[in-house]
Amino acid sequence: MTYELVIGLEIHAQLLTDTKAFCRCPNRYGEPPNTLTCPTCLGMPGALPVLNRNVVEQSALLALALNATIHPHSKFDRKNYFYPDLPKGYQISQFDEPFSSGGWQDVEGEWGMKRIRITRAHIEEDAGKSLHQDDGSTVVDMNRCGVPLVEIVTEPDFRSESEAAAFITAVRELLRYIRVCDGNMERGSLRCDVNISVRPLGQTALNERTEIKNLNSIRAVERGILCERERQIRIYESGGQVIRETLLWDEATEEIRPMRRKEGADDYRYFPEPDLVELTVSPEEIERYRDGLPELPNVRRKRYREQLHLHEEAVAVLSGDREQGDYFEALLRLGVDARTAAGWMQGEVRRALTSENRDMADFPLAPSALAELIQAVERSTISISVAKDVFRKMLTDGRSARAIIEAENLSQVSDESELRLIVERVLAENPDELAKYKSGKRNLMSFFMGQAMKATRGRANPNRLAELLQELLDTP
Amino acid sequence: MSSPIPKQNLPWWLYLKMLPSPKNLRNHPDLILEAVEQALVRARDLESLHAFVTLLDERAHRQTAAVRDGLRRGEPLPLAGWLLAVKDNIAIQDVRLTCASKILENFTSRFTATAVERLEAAGAIVIGKTNLDEFAMGSSSENTIFGAVRNPVAPDRVAGGSSGGSAVAVAADIVHGSLGSDTGGSVRLPASFCGVCGLKPTYGRVSRYGLVAYGSSLDQIGAFAHTSQGLFDLLRVMAGRDARDSSSAHEPPPDSRNQFSAIKHSLRIGIPEEYYAHGLSADVETAVRSMISKLERHGHSIVSVSLPHTKYAIPVYYILATAEASSHLARFDGARYGFRSEQATELTDVYELTRGEGFGLEVQRRIMMGTFVLSAGYFDAYYRKAQQVRRRLLEDFSRAFSKVDVLLTPTSPTTTFRLGEKLDDPLTMYLSDVLTVPANLAGIPALSVPIGNDSQGLPIGLQIIGPHFAETMILQLGTEVEGLRDGVSS
Repeated sequence: MTYELVIGLEIHAQLLTDTKAFCRCPNRYGEPPNTLTCPTCLGMPGALPVLNRNVVEQSALLALALNATIHPHSKFDRKNYFYPDLPKGYQISQFDEPFSSGGWQDVEGEWGMKRIRITRAHIEEDAGKSLHQDDGSTVVDMNRCGVPLVEIVTEPDFRSESEAAAFITAVRELLRYIRVCDGNMERGSLRCDVNISVRPLGQTALNERTEIKNLNSIRAVERGILCERERQIRIYESGGQVIRETLLWDEATEEIRPMRRKEGADDYRYFPEPDLVELTVSPEEIERYRDGLPELPNVRRKRYREQLHLHEEAVAVLSGDREQGDYFEALLRLGVDARTAAGWMQGEVRRALTSENRDMADFPLAPSALAELIQAVERSTISISVAKDVFRKMLTDGRSARAIIEAENLSQVSDESELRLIVERVLAENPDELAKYKSGKRNLMSFFMGQAMKATRGRANPNRLAELLQELLDTP
Repeated sequence: MSSPIPKQNLPWWLYLKMLPSPKNLRNHPDLILEAVEQALVRARDLESLHAFVTLLDERAHRQTAAVRDGLRRGEPLPLAGWLLAVKDNIAIQDVRLTCASKILENFTSRFTATAVERLEAAGAIVIGKTNLDEFAMGSSSENTIFGAVRNPVAPDRVAGGSSGGSAVAVAADIVHGSLGSDTGGSVRLPASFCGVCGLKPTYGRVSRYGLVAYGSSLDQIGAFAHTSQGLFDLLRVMAGRDARDSSSAHEPPPDSRNQFSAIKHSLRIGIPEEYYAHGLSADVETAVRSMISKLERHGHSIVSVSLPHTKYAIPVYYILATAEASSHLARFDGARYGFRSEQATELTDVYELTRGEGFGLEVQRRIMMGTFVLSAGYFDAYYRKAQQVRRRLLEDFSRAFSKVDVLLTPTSPTTTFRLGEKLDDPLTMYLSDVLTVPANLAGIPALSVPIGNDSQGLPIGLQIIGPHFAETMILQLGTEVEGLRDGVSS
């Protein structure tokens, strides 16, 4: 029998606020354990939570980017359960009145374009981290307690592991684009739980699903889905029934195993958080956030393809990386031709970033500095090969293109009389080659070009030079 | 300013030396230290009342020096001269915070509650932390690891709860005022039982930051003093927006002391018939009705009103408060601080044994009740329904306050009962709060003022309930009631 996969995702994204969601502790990764804590995030008796308004702003940007509706009123609820890394014994989350709902995100792949429906995106707080020691004991680090999260829940719209992977990639791109999450799955700032079931192809009703947690990379998500798909199919093939349970992905063995849990332990007894007031967002605020939203990757991609006619590789890079795209846009605004700009971004700029292992955000040249260089080429002041040298010099010593070209006397020689003198000298110095040329060895043209270029240290305007050479060689 | 407790009713073993008034001390700053010393001595002499759980000698001395210096420098310090006690579910930095529970017996707070911070900044001196029902759950101050609080008026009787220790600290003239917390009557009931004034402000009026939560949506820090004027002085300093408590109101604190005086115009006083139902003791009813008639003769108009949902107040309260409590108290799990069972080895044992051994029976009962009403399948029938009825109760009050300015009721259907009398009968104990709980559910302010004694000499309290943020009005009326009471008794 052929089976169809049905997958829904729950993505947790840690927001990039300076402080935690409900207290003033810094929101930072990698600090010594338990140094970023206070009575509130430690759940000390008498301490109270107060919502960080930046959490609302970043959540709003995300909701809008996901085409979701932000609700003018939403509320916080408590999700109650006992675990040592959950100091209050409950997590502040949103249950039946979420911050936003009803969005979508398009994903591209071999299936073409597919719209994935987003059920909701709500605000909650992260728990601490349990660290299992070699001696069998467990210690907890509370630095992560209270870090703001947005949980994005999708409809069960995925039919393959690749669709799910493409969605996570798109959401990660979006999160980085609007600068609300760094999208680092390894560190856990982006986490993904997968709800998965299989059904005979053609069946409309959904079968029982399971949930896989601890998927720390997109590859793990794909592997986990395939693994669980096989397991569920084996169960149905042998006449069994899949039971609803939570499974853990083991990265080391690439296996899934059931999470050890007490029977009936998942009654979270949600109820409204009485220590927080209703969360209200005014229509004016929503408009302000909407105005602050940049052009999103999908829109950019379409424009680069359809209006600028960039080739696919450039489209992918310049629409996928906000910094590179913005830099490219700045070049366009400075009057650089789109394809030329894309060529520089794809060529010299990318090489410079790769060799230095840098992000675009740390790229030292201002767009105007690069534009000046590109325009020097376009105006034929320097040749493209000289421009590449100048580019490297600009990166190392920070001088402007103009300063380097002037100081090193690099501008192209286009002057007719000067070039004529050079060509005449080259011809005079190479009588043998000239003779051979005259006798029909026309490919010696490039030899003379090379000699003339050498004589000008590469500064000769190649087009003018070629014209002159042709003229003088063909003079009987 | 005289104590409202008639002196002939004081038991023989009560120290008779009176505390100088705050005003007196403020005018003679050099006497403050002696007064603090006396208060500490008196608290120790009266140890058998079990009013205090921690005395803060050293801290109080430091505070005293700071207040004296401040006065010398000419700082305003409106509460200089006030000696205070603070219920031990309100945090003070570097002071143990027990909530009268084994689970927090050795826990020290890292921060100070906003209310305490503001009072101390205004010159008040805190001499100690007071006994209570464990985590403020109780109506008699008997559920405590420190021994049941005894009523100074009749030491074989309860002080009322849960802020019993704070009521006694004022009633026994150890301090001028004290802080309590009131979730369902925990300030007003002990005020009534001990013969002092007790105020539960509007929900949100005083910051809850630093108050260990019982039912966050109902909890409010309140105060005890001998007079309504005294309560007004404390409230002015404590009240006002606190950015550390999201539920704290933006309403500014009540106006300055100069504007506080007895009411000059006549009020429309509502008498809610449901509060005078069966179970009300004859002596209490007589005293309250007699005060009402005095007020009427004094120019106020008396109107009968109805609050039809009153009968649901107790069940609604015990559903909502226990639901919240079951969640708030989850943090006491032995994992990070406080008591941890020595028997526990596995994780589930740490939770089960720690909480089984660390919490008293009443707290366990309420955690179980709260867990039950929030459980899947029961939530709609209990919690959601209770929320709906809570809104109806609020509407009852809104309707009443469209006709009248204040409501007058007894604070409690009876006067204080004997120690142990209701301890094994939680339902009867819960009914002690029947007249105080509605104000918490509606979030409105309510005051208990002593208006006399029953035939056994036990204090009777009159409850004055007002609309949101009408503390000034109910305290002004309280002052008038005190005048009428003392005028008659003299």
